Amino acid sequence: MKTVSSLLDAHWYERYTKISKLNIRSSIYDVTNRCNLRCKGCFFFSSDEHKVAAEQMDIAQWGSFIDAEMARGVNLAILIGGEPTLCLDRMEAFYKRLPTFCATNGLIRVPRDRFPDMMIGISLWGDEDDERMLRGKNTFAISSKHYAGDPYTYYLFTITPKQIGRTEGIIRKIRDVGLKVHMQLLSNDEGVSGFNWQPAELIAIRSEMDAMLDAYPQTVISSKYYHEIITTGTMLGRPFGWMECPSVTQPMDHRQPPPKRLTNFIRWASDLKTMHRCCTSETRDCKTCKDGAAHMSWVMVNKRAHMGTAKDLQNWIEVYEMFAKLYQFLPW
Amino acid sequence: MRVGTDLDTIVLHIAQVMISELKLEDVTADTFDPDIDLVDEVGIDSMDLATVALVLRDEYGVRIDEDDYPKLTTIRLISEYIQRKLAQGPESA
Repeated sequence: MKTVSSLLDAHWYERYTKISKLNIRSSIYDVTNRCNLRCKGCFFFSSDEHKVAAEQMDIAQWGSFIDAEMARGVNLAILIGGEPTLCLDRMEAFYKRLPTFCATNGLIRVPRDRFPDMMIGISLWGDEDDERMLRGKNTFAISSKHYAGDPYTYYLFTITPKQIGRTEGIIRKIRDVGLKVHMQLLSNDEGVSGFNWQPAELIAIRSEMDAMLDAYPQTVISSKYYHEIITTGTMLGRPFGWMECPSVTQPMDHRQPPPKRLTNFIRWASDLKTMHRCCTSETRDCKTCKDGAAHMSWVMVNKRAHMGTAKDLQNWIEVYEMFAKLYQFLPW
Repeated sequence: MRVGTDLDTIVLHIAQVMISELKLEDVTADTFDPDIDLVDEVGIDSMDLATVALVLRDEYGVRIDEDDYPKLTTIRLISEYIQRKLAQGPESA
């Protein structure tokens, strides 16, 4: 039987032991249905998820709900929306109780006196031109001023096909404001013209993502195996899709045979009662979904599948480390 | 189905269940080290353990609490857990 120690040398084994017992149990929370931007391609608004539930307005109810979430084993709250920073009291209810990550567009500065070490991921959809076209404004100009040099903030750079050949300029800008960046790919839920990925473009962007990681290892939080998975949509020869996705809300998951999945994962709407099917829009075609966290998790929950060779297991370790860094379970 | 409840028998049976349910290769119930760390060394995760726990519940009538998973890191520890629960009688099982 292949065992971890038979596959890894001392260096990799030490890295493995730092993550093997982390037991991360995340769930995702729509903090609000409101946003201060309307981005073309945003899954939340394009699929009308903002209309499925009325927000719970009583902050005490949020506290009770979060306590119940912790009781069922959640140890990482991922806050999305809408724009979470529109509701700092709700964010604080999470942050005071458990490790919390906030995805934001960065237009409102999270006050660090209230949230001194909360990890923040700022969405960025390309360079100035793309940002103006897709989001109506150059958000980087604002968010980079709010968060320059912040040790608990990074950019979530959603790459579009238009960015091929242009990612380096963006990564340099991020480096120059003293922040880090994680790359993912646009799924284009609204079918915005010119933003659907073509096979040749995916090959090209994978190569470019690899080159960025090599050139800016202190700035880019990523792994080449993740680049392979996200651009090919396959892992160990298995295609991503509904029957493979690990990020399906557990009480709504009736798949047979049951795939490897995130334990007890739920994505909650802001009424704290309604559940969404998965970590992104259920109107999305799972076969072409490019959700970065879902693909990372897909690798992470399939550890034993990565015990065929030393290289496979090293790839698994790198993806797990990347996730753990992005959500503050490991230092940068 | 009730299976033998002495520790060695439980150890062998759990090894067989793991091999069968998790499709582990290049190992038999006899060669499966009962003290090997299932998480750190074999790569088993909580979902794997839940799969095995369901089979063991049917066969021994013992429910393994999910909160206890982190403690059950070897086949021997799982076997002792089951044996302890069996000794405590049907209410605890």
